[in-house]
Amino acid sequence: MSAFETVIGLEIHAELATRSKIYCSCSTAFGAEVNTHTCPICTGMPGVLPVLNKKVVEYAVMAGLAMNCEITEYGKQDRKNYFYPDLPKAYQTSQYDLPICKNGYLEIEADGKVKRIGITRIHIEEDAGKLIHDPYRGQSLIDYNRCGVPLIEIVTEPDMRSPAEAKAFLEKVKSILEYTGVSDCKMQEGSLRCDVNLSVRPMGQKEFGTRTEMKNINSFSAAVRAMENERERQIDLIESGGEVVQATRKWDDVKGESSQMRSKEEAHDYRYFPEPDLVPIVVDKEWVERIRRALPELPDARKARYMSVFGLSAYDAGILTASRKTADYFEQAVQEGASPKAAANRIMVDISALLTEKGLEEIPFAPVYLAKTLALVEAGTVSSTAAKKIIEALFEEVKEPAEIAKEKGLLQVSDESALVPIIQRIIDENPKAVAELQAGKEKAMGFFVGQAMRASKGSANPAVIHKLVREMLKK
Amino acid sequence: MGMMTVKKLSRMLREREVSSVEVTKSYLARIEQRDGVIGSFITVCADEALKAATAADTLLAKGEGGALTGIPVGIKDNICTAGVRTTCASRMLERFLPPYDATVVKRLKDAGAVILGKLNMDEFAMGSSTESSYFKKTKNPYDLSCVPGGSSGGSAACVTAELAPFALGSDTGGSIRQPAAFCGNVGLKPTYGLVSRFGLVAFASSLDQIGSFTHTVEDCALVLNHIAGHDPMDSTSAALDLPDYTGALTGEVKGMRIGVPREYLGEGIQPEIRAAVEDAMKVLERLGAHCEYCSLPLTQYALPAYYLISSAEASSNLARYDGVKYGYRVSEFKGLNDLYEKTRSEGFGAEVKRRIMLGTYALSSGYYDAYYKKAQQVRTLIGQDFGKRFAEFDVLLTPTTPTTAYRFGEKSDPLAMYMGDICTVAVNIAGLPAISIPAGLDRAGKPIGIQLIGDRFAESEILRVAHAYEKETGHDAISPVWREESV
Amino acid sequence: MKIDKEQVRHVAALAKLRFEESELEAFGDSLGAIIAFADQLNELDVGTVGATAQSSDLYNVFREDEQKASYPREVILANAPEQCEGCYAVPKIVE
Repeated sequence: MSAFETVIGLEIHAELATRSKIYCSCSTAFGAEVNTHTCPICTGMPGVLPVLNKKVVEYAVMAGLAMNCEITEYGKQDRKNYFYPDLPKAYQTSQYDLPICKNGYLEIEADGKVKRIGITRIHIEEDAGKLIHDPYRGQSLIDYNRCGVPLIEIVTEPDMRSPAEAKAFLEKVKSILEYTGVSDCKMQEGSLRCDVNLSVRPMGQKEFGTRTEMKNINSFSAAVRAMENERERQIDLIESGGEVVQATRKWDDVKGESSQMRSKEEAHDYRYFPEPDLVPIVVDKEWVERIRRALPELPDARKARYMSVFGLSAYDAGILTASRKTADYFEQAVQEGASPKAAANRIMVDISALLTEKGLEEIPFAPVYLAKTLALVEAGTVSSTAAKKIIEALFEEVKEPAEIAKEKGLLQVSDESALVPIIQRIIDENPKAVAELQAGKEKAMGFFVGQAMRASKGSANPAVIHKLVREMLKK
Repeated sequence: MGMMTVKKLSRMLREREVSSVEVTKSYLARIEQRDGVIGSFITVCADEALKAATAADTLLAKGEGGALTGIPVGIKDNICTAGVRTTCASRMLERFLPPYDATVVKRLKDAGAVILGKLNMDEFAMGSSTESSYFKKTKNPYDLSCVPGGSSGGSAACVTAELAPFALGSDTGGSIRQPAAFCGNVGLKPTYGLVSRFGLVAFASSLDQIGSFTHTVEDCALVLNHIAGHDPMDSTSAALDLPDYTGALTGEVKGMRIGVPREYLGEGIQPEIRAAVEDAMKVLERLGAHCEYCSLPLTQYALPAYYLISSAEASSNLARYDGVKYGYRVSEFKGLNDLYEKTRSEGFGAEVKRRIMLGTYALSSGYYDAYYKKAQQVRTLIGQDFGKRFAEFDVLLTPTTPTTAYRFGEKSDPLAMYMGDICTVAVNIAGLPAISIPAGLDRAGKPIGIQLIGDRFAESEILRVAHAYEKETGHDAISPVWREESV
Repeated sequence: MKIDKEQVRHVAALAKLRFEESELEAFGDSLGAIIAFADQLNELDVGTVGATAQSSDLYNVFREDEQKASYPREVILANAPEQCEGCYAVPKIVE
């Protein structure tokens, strides 16, 4: 048991899923050739003016509502001034004292208990461009395609007490942003990023310790590594008689260590002031309600419904609802007639085993195929193991499960007339096993089933074999 | 050919007495002949102008086109023109070629106007004499030893010298009205939000407004008809149904209530200018208006508030000039910070640097509340001050400037220069419309301007009063003596 | 109000401007004079008066989320002092 407690707060940036940028109509699509999604506005040419994308406000309000925030009725945008080549205007248009959402929270599960993590604020701002460092030419190159892509920044209270809690919170945020369609949350494309504020303090101490801010974290697992590393670093420092310096640090996930970027003394003076080129944002109650009505069912509500309506366990319901795509897939399969428990099992076990790379969201066949496969099991047409093989085949090529079963010889023989001669032969050839079964040794039944399955090349229906063996021995 | 107004030219063009190409050529010839002395143009675009004139003639020949079709115009060099360099009279943008037209430029082009070129100004519109231009000094056509005012000095001088029948300028704290007063023509600063700012290189975004220089109030109304209007590219642009401003020019001011704030006639106002305002009161009374002295008690605070707000916004607006995307870049540097600091220190002139420093200071940690925020609070109070007066009066009458045009180099102390804006800045702070119109000459033969201030979007009211005054006095017919000598 | 050399240097660093040692004092003086002039605002009791950042009363001015064509890259880069492989180029940044 450590003598120190960790205190963590997060600043999460999520790119919004709008078609166009926040202040101009350039595309937000990822992966275009450098500087092809740019115009005079997003490259900060002289004389141009911004006009706010309405969808940005709606998405921010939606995220705020989903995270139990108060929506600011009268908001404004501000300029955050600093020089850097990825920022063509030399100011980032953001929000300072009147963010769109504030005072929210999300509940996470930690150590089997529900814990509430406070959300200080959610504000809108523009993303910066991308710097490409060219080590050979001694130059840095600038691509403004991402410049002006809308972001929300979610700032939490310092309410998390371990990297595991922080990770659970991040996963919750990701799942909500996906559910609401506010962001596609692709960390590998940088559409979801987080900075970590972390401090440690001796157990029982009320005051917070000195915190550091960790930047350049590109995945949830990197976040956990960075937090664990920073916690250890701070504890080591304190235990060896040193002091934590308030500073911004940069995480290097390859090296597994961080380095100091700038200390508090060198911190920027951003000279925030109200953006005169943009007018106030007034989100009245009617607008808020309109957005609230458009909110989809959120992960927690869905999880509860899966437990009560479908009788799933909390664990299963939690896994299925973590991603909206997975949950939608599951529900469609159920709608197509699959039994909820069977569908849940297949998705979480068989399908998920085949999807390690891409995640549950990328199932290549429609839910109706899963439902049809499960229906074959239900009808006794194929065995449970055969169903797994059908699913594997569906990953290769999408076609009717019944056809796959036929082609691959997975159909169970339930036709008694076909099985009678096989079983008769086994009875005739194995008098010892017959005697054991008749003496009440039920284990011997296994021998008959095994033999019959082998003889039928696995296509016999075990239940039918059972029934036939009993009937034929009675005669 | 005498003083050529837009109205008269327009009639001649539509009646095919002259062609646009002929008119354009004659202005280009006069620029060639006269602008070496005046120095109003930074860039003359003769080829583009003649092309536009030819296109206008095609329309006019078909009996098409409007009031501005085929009419030449000069544009202040902080208003972007696609493919024609837009320098803001700064070394920083010496070679900047915008790939877009400002909305006003687009409107003028759509109306068939012919752009003659880009006009000199104080660097980034910061100044009141056009002396801070990186390129040249512009001379006052009434007295070549005097400044034309600023920052739109090129625009004012070019209209007075008849190098263009009208010109566009921008006004952040008086930059249209003050040079119009110094050069003896009509300068309108419209209500904030009436004319799109898209493509106007920003100085102080919450104060900047594009307006016009013309010989007459009638021309002013005519031009306003073409440049005013909602622009979806400018979030601060008002979406209103606009009147035909020429319709306000009835000559009728009977019963109008005109207030004259005493604070504008106090110490430091040249006696002849005070006399001109008093005379204007008599003229308007004679025409049936009720003139009355009133008070705008916060007047003296407008100037410091203006310099804090405008410089704070400028410090942010001018941060983008960093030698990376466009504009000047120093040739030798060691690393990024060196590139930034050297480029900006060499690319900007002294006055621009002074304003950036002042604005940065006013916004910096520890000073924001005392300076920037305080100024914004004073702004609220000044707006309320005006609001009370407009409950009582239709229009306010003041001098445009405390003095007439001064000599080059006379205001070398920045504060002394700033004091010259005392009559104009409050209007920008409150976002009001105001017009400066000629009110005769002082004893030295230099023009005097008087200012009419209206309530928000009450351009029609100030144009109506200005027009009646102009008709009654005939001051619009005054022109510089040197013109006859040098043509 | 006196603005000393150190303050001028600090503000200049924020604004990415550089002044010669010889300019610092004169610049500090002229800046100080302007700030002293601005200090007359302190005569006014502004109390809790709201700050006006804009002189229009507009709010909620938006554009719809419509994507339109961007500018050709060569047009965007045409004014760049230095470009390389379709990008603006700056000296290598050491973080």
